[in-house]
Amino acid sequence: MTSVISPPAATVPPAGPPPRSGKRRRPLGRTPLGLLFSAPYLVFVLLVFAYPLGYSIWISFHDFFFTAPGAVVDRPFVGFDNFVTAFADPAVIRSFGNVAIFLLINVPLTVVLSLLLATALNRATRATTFLRVSFYVPYVTASVAVVAVWIFLFNGGGLVNQILGPLAPDPSWLINSQWAMPTIAFFVTWKQLGFYILLYLAALQGVPKELYESASTDGAGRVRQFFAVTVPGVRPATVLVLLVSTVTGANLFTEPYLLTGGGGPNGASASPVLIMYQRGLQQGQPDVAAAIGVVLVVLVLGIALLQNRFAGGKD
Amino acid sequence: MTRKRMSATRSPRIQSVLRSIVLGVGAIAFLFPFYYMIIGSLQATPDPTVAGAFPNPSNLTLDNYVAINERINLLQGLINSGIFTGGVLVGTLVFGLLAGYALAQLQWRGRGVTFALALLVQVVPFQLLMIPLYVLIARDYGLADNYLGMILPFAINSTAVIIFRQYFLQLPRELFEAARIDGASELALLWRIALPLVRPALITVVLLTFIGPWNEFLWPFLITKDAALQPLAVSLANYISTVAASASNPFGATLAGAAVLAAPVVVLFIVFQRYFVSTDIGSGVKG
Repeated sequence: MTSVISPPAATVPPAGPPPRSGKRRRPLGRTPLGLLFSAPYLVFVLLVFAYPLGYSIWISFHDFFFTAPGAVVDRPFVGFDNFVTAFADPAVIRSFGNVAIFLLINVPLTVVLSLLLATALNRATRATTFLRVSFYVPYVTASVAVVAVWIFLFNGGGLVNQILGPLAPDPSWLINSQWAMPTIAFFVTWKQLGFYILLYLAALQGVPKELYESASTDGAGRVRQFFAVTVPGVRPATVLVLLVSTVTGANLFTEPYLLTGGGGPNGASASPVLIMYQRGLQQGQPDVAAAIGVVLVVLVLGIALLQNRFAGGKD
Repeated sequence: MTRKRMSATRSPRIQSVLRSIVLGVGAIAFLFPFYYMIIGSLQATPDPTVAGAFPNPSNLTLDNYVAINERINLLQGLINSGIFTGGVLVGTLVFGLLAGYALAQLQWRGRGVTFALALLVQVVPFQLLMIPLYVLIARDYGLADNYLGMILPFAINSTAVIIFRQYFLQLPRELFEAARIDGASELALLWRIALPLVRPALITVVLLTFIGPWNEFLWPFLITKDAALQPLAVSLANYISTVAASASNPFGATLAGAAVLAAPVVVLFIVFQRYFVSTDIGSGVKG
């Protein structure tokens, strides 16, 4: 172990082929073994992410249909035909509108509630483990499991309506075309909030304590400090929360599939991914479904760029 | 000066009360549905009234667990979820660990690109991959109704790769140089020196990787039509969306199934909650 600190040790090349000369003889780097170690992961990324990503775009511009394995068929290039077919369908337009409603409720609510709870949790001195566990539990639990409770809570004669009494919406939440999508948005906010609290807690550790102290000596109260120090201090985390909650929202599938029985009532809570499943896999139009997916991703990327522009500031 | 001090001593108390209220309301809002899941799963006849939120000894039963088990084989579902999750864990712990080590401690061409890919992969939305992955895995490779087909898209968790890299980066390089001079192979270094030093990262990664496939619904739902192969999340979802109406107490049975699906993750999480820390997972997402 003494050799650790002796200077020559650092210049001795690692075990393996004897050193001949400079770096030029090593086209794969100093320890090519690293490439071998990473090879399974690289193959995985190419196979499961890169190739399907390209394939998806290719499918969306071709006449693509399911065939028996190994069958060779002609899949002609059709330009934007699949996109036209997709967006001539009112149900598709509706699903994009639905996801917009979802995002308008879910994203701001997520940012405000998770920052509020993370700030409170960060200052808490008692029962912190209990609080942490209770905040994260919905996030770690399967959506399918908690959806079951929400159906029970929000159905016609459910506990929520029992408490609300005459204020309960009619028809009830999940079968009401006005309330179905907002209810799903509330559910997802509740379900995912723990993860964003976790991100904000990490960010809060990085806000320098001196800033609070100097704000305090300047006479700023806690509320002032929150807006003058905390909010700008966690801005990078806010950009991340905006991005992740938007991407998660655009991926919405399980909740409309189960909570509202497949995007009901009458498509009022259908999400684009649900429509992709129905068109692509149930009705055998993978090309149209791929086109919907491409448009959805382009829109999400656009929203993410706008968020980054306006919430990201100069960093 | 005195006025300032007075307000400084008075307001923290109000603030502390306010904070306790916010935290308390939050905790109740997060925990109540879980409490209600258990209460509901034990009711002989469903009681959605306010009184039903409290246990009523005359209305308690375990029949709902028997009822759901008759509709969907709970044990088989748990085994299938276990195989799916176990496969992902093995893939992540073996190949993710190797990649994380190589990214942190070895110098090789393509290291930067690989790290960038690991970050990029996390923002690729699944909706774009759904159709091509289904075409490739179910149609071209013929892996529908197959554990391998279920596992493949999740086989190596990229967040885990980044967390491993982060931990291995913190280990002093001299430690490895010394052992290399002694002629130890890289695998031996990883196994005997690096791994014992990053044990907390291992637990974080196991926890984080576990919840993904255990809770995953969309992909196993697309790829498994054979009920004998479906993970519990899929068979319970099918029960909710189709056969629930025909059971005598559909809520009780559904909630019993939900409790069985939720229990393993919740228990695992409570036991290891201190490894579910913000800094690790934050760095895993942000890179």
